Amino acid sequence: MKVLVPVKRVIDYNVKVRVKADGSGVDLANVKMSMNPFDEIAVEEAIRLKEKGAVEEIVVVSIGVKQAQETLRTALAMGADRAILVVAADDVHQDIEPLAVAKILAKIVEEEQPGLVIAGKQAIDNDMNATGQMLSALLGWGQATFASEVEIAGDAAKVTREVDGGLQTISVKLPAIITADLRLNEPRYASLPNIMKAKKKPLDEKTAADYGVDVSPRLEVVKTAEPAGRSAGIKVGSVDELVAKLKDAGVV
Amino acid sequence: MAVLLIAEVNGADLALDATAKAVSAAKALGDVTVLVAGSGIGGAADAAAKIAGVSKVLSADDAAYAHGLAEPLADLVVSLAGGYSHIVAPSTASAKNALPRIAALLDVMVISDVTGVVDADTFERPIYAGNAIQTVKSKDATKVLTVRTASFEAAGEGGSASVEAAAAAGDKGLSAWVEDKVAASDRPELTSAKIVVSGGRGVGSEESFGIIAALADKLGAAVGASRAAVDSGFAPNDWQVGQTGKVVAPELYIACGISGAIQHLAGMKDSKIIVAINKDEEAPIFQVADFGLVADLFDAVPELTSKL
Repeated sequence: MKVLVPVKRVIDYNVKVRVKADGSGVDLANVKMSMNPFDEIAVEEAIRLKEKGAVEEIVVVSIGVKQAQETLRTALAMGADRAILVVAADDVHQDIEPLAVAKILAKIVEEEQPGLVIAGKQAIDNDMNATGQMLSALLGWGQATFASEVEIAGDAAKVTREVDGGLQTISVKLPAIITADLRLNEPRYASLPNIMKAKKKPLDEKTAADYGVDVSPRLEVVKTAEPAGRSAGIKVGSVDELVAKLKDAGVV
Repeated sequence: MAVLLIAEVNGADLALDATAKAVSAAKALGDVTVLVAGSGIGGAADAAAKIAGVSKVLSADDAAYAHGLAEPLADLVVSLAGGYSHIVAPSTASAKNALPRIAALLDVMVISDVTGVVDADTFERPIYAGNAIQTVKSKDATKVLTVRTASFEAAGEGGSASVEAAAAAGDKGLSAWVEDKVAASDRPELTSAKIVVSGGRGVGSEESFGIIAALADKLGAAVGASRAAVDSGFAPNDWQVGQTGKVVAPELYIACGISGAIQHLAGMKDSKIIVAINKDEEAPIFQVADFGLVADLFDAVPELTSKL
């Protein structure tokens, strides 16, 4: 079975986000970028399925600016077999919406015919939590989102999902989309020899136009603002003082 | 303008708080019809009809909807979507599962985690773990959105909407329910609790979470956890508060042994009063806390429990 894993290049999760003074967005110039953490978990899961013999080939895809090829190289160094870069933006500040991403991915799925797509459950930049579900709708496939455990059993995947009340296990017919939650696995670091080897793995470069998908946004960003600030209060010296303050505030 | 609001259903029961908060957000957009989908949900539909501001309830009572599977639910909503300008649901795990699927079937973008309604087309939502608030204007014919319950007051009772049966839309059998592992608890639900007591990595073990739970039980509070505590196996996943967990805004949030990573703050910084108990006085949680106590939580939390 072939697995397709979409990966997104996003601001590194340790970087402090700065809103641009003119309200046009978040400043991404000269900021450290990395693979979306949930996508790293998705890549890792595909590699583990390959190591278990359930998967033969892992194809990683990134849609965005040309520099996303660095993200694809990271996935190749982790253990993916080949990569497809779809250049759909020339400015890092232009975020391609999940609907357009899903439409491009659907075309790639038609070409590549994977038996499974594993995606991250959400990107930590737009926090939309949508691409996997949307792709699944466009393909008419089943979906198993927010996965914390995946087991391939014949022509189905048994997936444990993190839901509001605890955990839910479902069985989804393959081909299907799985989206990875935090506790699915702990992604490996790429070793230096594997980073060198990844440079020789195939990386195809395409454009959104090659797939005939219009990536113009449906949501116009009117403005981007800093959230309402919250200032630090006071330090109390003892539990007794804390209890007194809470009683004064009327919350206990 | 007409809104189709998808009620949150747990088993056969209406999740009243989440649904009533979504009704508050939806009322600003137009006439509200609530869809209750599930199996044996007659009581849930009647409960939804009593929420003030609801003009009609559609009850889709069918085994296909018993476990909230996204595929049959999405097909049902799409079959009913004609004539509605907005499709709205509270930002719960089940709505986050289904709404993007519904949006894609309608060829529109989903607008996730709305925290403010500016007008019928324009919404505010947090991005980058709440480090920025984006205002977006939708160009789509139908607006599909999830609303963050912590940002809206619950609509009251007193409605008397009519309840109509909605025809089921079939099940293609793409996925099947196997089992739920849901811990039964007498504590209030995390996202609707007036007080939340949370523990972080500093709590150290699953056993030690007992002192967090003891304080919570003394206060009639829900128990929360940071991602670090959940990843370490100290607390179950459904307790996680943060960017990718639950977003809460209680009257009182007590953070014990939580350093205060931005991903955690994203889930609780709208709480009315924040208390932080941490032995590291440099912990970032103190920058958002109204009352900070620099102390070992293993001394301070049991003392607090005994003195309240």
